[in-house]
Amino acid sequence: MTAVPLLDIRGLVTEFRTETGVVRAVKGVDLTVNAGETVAVVGESGSGKSVTSLSVMRLIPKAVGGIAAGEVLFKGRDGVVRDLAQEPELAMRKVRGNEISMIFQEPMTSLNPTVKVGSQIAEAALLHQGLTQKQAWDRAVEMLALVEIPEPKRRADVFPHQMSGGMRQRVMIAMALACNPALLIADEPTTALDVTVQLQILELMRRLQREIGMGILFITHNLGVVAEIADRVAVMYGGRIVESASVTQLFDKPSHPYTRGLLASMPVVDHAARLRGEVPRLKAIPGSVVDPRRPPAGCDFNPRCGWAVERCRSEVPPVFAVNPGHGSRCFRWSELDG
Amino acid sequence: MAEALLKVTDLKVHFPIGKTLLSPGQTVRAVDGVSLEVRRGEVVGLVGESGSGKTTLGRSVLRLVEPTAGSVTFDGEELTGVPPQRMKALRSRMQIIFQDPYASLNPRMSVGQIIGEALLLHHIGTGKDRGQRVGDLLQQVGLPREAAARFPHEFSGGQRQRIGIARALAVNPDFIVADEPVSALDVSIQAQIINLIQDLRQALGLSLLFIGHDLSVIEFLCDRVVVLYLGKVMETATAADLYANPRHPYTRALLDAAPVPDPRVRRQRITLKGDLPSPIAPPSGCVFRTRCPFAIEDCARAIPPLETVGSDHSVACIRAAELNLTE
Repeated sequence: MTAVPLLDIRGLVTEFRTETGVVRAVKGVDLTVNAGETVAVVGESGSGKSVTSLSVMRLIPKAVGGIAAGEVLFKGRDGVVRDLAQEPELAMRKVRGNEISMIFQEPMTSLNPTVKVGSQIAEAALLHQGLTQKQAWDRAVEMLALVEIPEPKRRADVFPHQMSGGMRQRVMIAMALACNPALLIADEPTTALDVTVQLQILELMRRLQREIGMGILFITHNLGVVAEIADRVAVMYGGRIVESASVTQLFDKPSHPYTRGLLASMPVVDHAARLRGEVPRLKAIPGSVVDPRRPPAGCDFNPRCGWAVERCRSEVPPVFAVNPGHGSRCFRWSELDG
Repeated sequence: MAEALLKVTDLKVHFPIGKTLLSPGQTVRAVDGVSLEVRRGEVVGLVGESGSGKTTLGRSVLRLVEPTAGSVTFDGEELTGVPPQRMKALRSRMQIIFQDPYASLNPRMSVGQIIGEALLLHHIGTGKDRGQRVGDLLQQVGLPREAAARFPHEFSGGQRQRIGIARALAVNPDFIVADEPVSALDVSIQAQIINLIQDLRQALGLSLLFIGHDLSVIEFLCDRVVVLYLGKVMETATAADLYANPRHPYTRALLDAAPVPDPRVRRQRITLKGDLPSPIAPPSGCVFRTRCPFAIEDCARAIPPLETVGSDHSVACIRAAELNLTE
């Protein structure tokens, strides 16, 4: 009997209504996050990684689309498991920013430019924890100290534009953690930052997770960042998870041609070849990322895949077990090393 | 050693801000005394964090931003102060590729017009030749000839970047400033564009000033690298030497911060605290000293000169000789 996971997504399908018809952005995703664990979702534009996280938070406006099928089982603080896909909007408001928080890529557009950062952090505590104004402000200062912002008392009293990008992302994290969430969803939180600041933020998130014990769903396109922060990884392409594994399994034995292509796309210098005077080239994946409006038949990756055979063009591959805890949606996963 | 095609000497680009009738205002020292050279056939990488001045430097060597002081020579000819007509002629040999493939193409022009405009401006060929040339260029960057009749919005980010590259190549330049041309692209598309740059470089013998912040891309593409911090050169060396044997604490910190796609690697790292200081009031002495874990009192006294520490390797750090920064 294993413990109930913090988040258990089962068969999630998310659709959007557009002028040209229904677009299925997420086509049956299964994903779990345990308490204290970091699960990375890796993918390129149009892979459905952000839509998956927005679906968990139920942040897709009804007018444009929403969850069409599947369950989003979340174990709340009270120990009760609820299906967020079915929860009424009013109940979701008690979950968002409280039990599940989210941070985004661009901290400047996610913060209110006309409100002091202290008040923005205090808002969640006021709303969800019934603190007084004074208590909530103190909580905000405490949170700023937690995310290692120097002179937190003074900084609580400034506006977002008076801070650097790295500082603003720390404020976002402070805001997200103000109510001690059980789950933090981080959607490309370091993509807009310089590498030196990215490292600071990743180290901060690691430290806070150790101290607070929250689960993290980390959305990214950067496999280097995945290697730094994740315990488990799900690789998404065309709205499906094409490979999922522990971080060491994935890097040791990537078992989907797309994962292999992504790894080969990362520039790594072959020093021996360089000394021979060769102009190095990368083993790039040909073609463009899949357009969710016009998905191919069969495996979504087949038009770009060097391993594709007839079957890949007609049948969607099921998940094959490469190892315990390691799955691949590729008919030919066992031949890739041959 | 090949001769220098582009030579930048003590270049400064200062922007006045907040100047009013009553207040003299302040000066942003975006580029503050940079010297570097790009040799024929060479790719020189320019790295640094946002605010380091790398984009301003790239634009000022093409005089898209006017330098405040210093000298830029291209193929032996001084560019600062050159009259507009002559500068225009020179621009047919110096081109630029931009970061954002969405913002840098006019949405109302067809791809053929976008690429053909450069030919028109520089009076290259006649109408019929131009159409032929545009088709050739599209093929060269891996797009179908028919793409000329279509508009930018019909293309993906990677394809648009190919169009931007074709436009830069249209006038047969020998030097290109590439300002973060792969930063906005998906990983798999980034690899395609990197390969395209490698191919073109080989086929056309191009020299490039490649501006970037991704150290792995810079290492992959560049022969030599210049590390910029707050408008000043911290270190410059061949790519192989810089990555294996960094001599400036800032270079080491940048290398350490780059995430490595290997979960088993847990390195000893120099983590920088805080952010880049304001270029309006840079620190006295060494501009990096406020974030440097090795800073001593002397670092505040004078601006450290860029000193040669090996063949093709210079560093601006007074402690370079005593620090061992190799992993």
